[in-house]
Amino acid sequence: MTHPLSGAAAIVGLGITPQGRVYGNTPLGFAVDAVQLALADAGLERTDLDGLLLNPGLAWADMGMGSFQLQQAMGLRDLRLSATMHLGGATACAMIQHAAQAIAASLCTTVACVFSDVPLKPPKPEGERGSSGSAYGFVRGWEAAYGYFGVNAMYALVARRHMHRYGTTQDHLGAVAVAQRRWANLNPAAQMHEQPLTLEDYHRSRWIVEPFHLFDCCLVSNGGLAVVVTGRERAREARKPPVYIRGMAQGHLGGDPSDTLSSGAVLSREPAFRMAGLTLRDVDVVELYDCYTFTVLVTLEDYGFCPKGEGGPFTAEHVTGPGGRLAVNTGGGQLSSFYMWGMTPVSEGVIQVRGEGGRRQAAKHDVALVSGNGGVLSTHSTLILAREPS
Amino acid sequence: MTAAYAKPLPQATREMAPFWEAARRHQLVVQRCRGCGAHRFPARDLCSRCLSREAEWAPVSGRGTVFSFAVMHQVYHPGFAAEVPYAVVVIELEEGARLVSNLVGCPLGAIAIGMPVEAVFEDVTPEVTLPKFRPRARH
Repeated sequence: MTHPLSGAAAIVGLGITPQGRVYGNTPLGFAVDAVQLALADAGLERTDLDGLLLNPGLAWADMGMGSFQLQQAMGLRDLRLSATMHLGGATACAMIQHAAQAIAASLCTTVACVFSDVPLKPPKPEGERGSSGSAYGFVRGWEAAYGYFGVNAMYALVARRHMHRYGTTQDHLGAVAVAQRRWANLNPAAQMHEQPLTLEDYHRSRWIVEPFHLFDCCLVSNGGLAVVVTGRERAREARKPPVYIRGMAQGHLGGDPSDTLSSGAVLSREPAFRMAGLTLRDVDVVELYDCYTFTVLVTLEDYGFCPKGEGGPFTAEHVTGPGGRLAVNTGGGQLSSFYMWGMTPVSEGVIQVRGEGGRRQAAKHDVALVSGNGGVLSTHSTLILAREPS
Repeated sequence: MTAAYAKPLPQATREMAPFWEAARRHQLVVQRCRGCGAHRFPARDLCSRCLSREAEWAPVSGRGTVFSFAVMHQVYHPGFAAEVPYAVVVIELEEGARLVSNLVGCPLGAIAIGMPVEAVFEDVTPEVTLPKFRPRARH
């Protein structure tokens, strides 16, 4: 029997603002721009929206009631769904899940799901170079006394355990960076477009925190990204081909990621595919949350594309880049296109299923698997997107 | 006269004050749950295993192994500018708790997961002592 949520809603609008070193806009401004772009893409007006879900990035994470602030800024009236959500990089897929659930339950009809952030400051006039990573260089109280700073180091400690336990190597991590850069070089919208990367370049790039080189770490981007979700009936009238939400699930393991060495995909994959009525073999494109190269290896393992611990050797076979047998992070991902937290993989999933991928378009694009990951393998969400509702 | 200590000093929060007070006496302590006996670190108000709110600070052996390590190349605080690259290590104590720390007397290239270590105490100011770790022979 078909799950009642499977194919009940679809993504009908996608809005991506300019990305990267874009200055002069506010987090709220980027959010408004992204929603307007998504509405235009869908052929809808803002008066069609009756739901608004927001994941505010670092720059406005602490603002109270962010979704209400955005509603007021856009002059949206009579909403029937509103929430500000904080699951880190797992929020994007989770927002779309909540939108689909509310629509399927007839609580609302058309929901904008929005992310925006402005972590990058404009360059100083005297030419002083600010570190793009400084926004993520969190200091955590007493640990600063030992020089332990930032998300990069938190992930590096977990990656080192994976290397120790499973024999993952620097070459394995580098293979992910190289594959995704090759995709980015087919994506004119990617920040790293026309900047080829070889494995030798990867090894020569500066260390950030061992075992991570510069190119193991995702970009940091200013910008906004929004999608519009609506019900199956209404989706048929949309301007663009609907991208149906066929399966969804979340998985939040808890505990110490250094012990599990796993993402929550180990929990979310089975219910998501069961809801979709599909298997891993039906997946044409894979858009995985990639804060680090390491995260891609782990997530490939946890969805079952290879046995646990073999993510490294799997990617080193060069199967995930253009022309490989498994199309992974086809826009270049967050490592090489732009970093809108979980909205980056969502947007590329939509582009691929629609067939709008240009030179990077997968030949077969009926089904896309999209993942989100927040914290240090702390939160996880799965979407299975498809061209057909069932 | 040595130069002023330039790195960040730990703030003695309510939860962590007993750890730093013990460190000044060159003693390593971690929290031990009165409910289930589990050692834990850093300090927390309740035990995530048994949910007991009762805990005591218990002296530990100071012996453990390197659980993981990361070599920092970025300067996030000027106090570390002269030190990069340096290693941040996670030590797993024999008693079970894990601590973020640094190694002394161990070149970066020699650090390995599983390496046996023991606590040492670095008096960085007259008021503050940082527990760190050094390699020890296997017994």
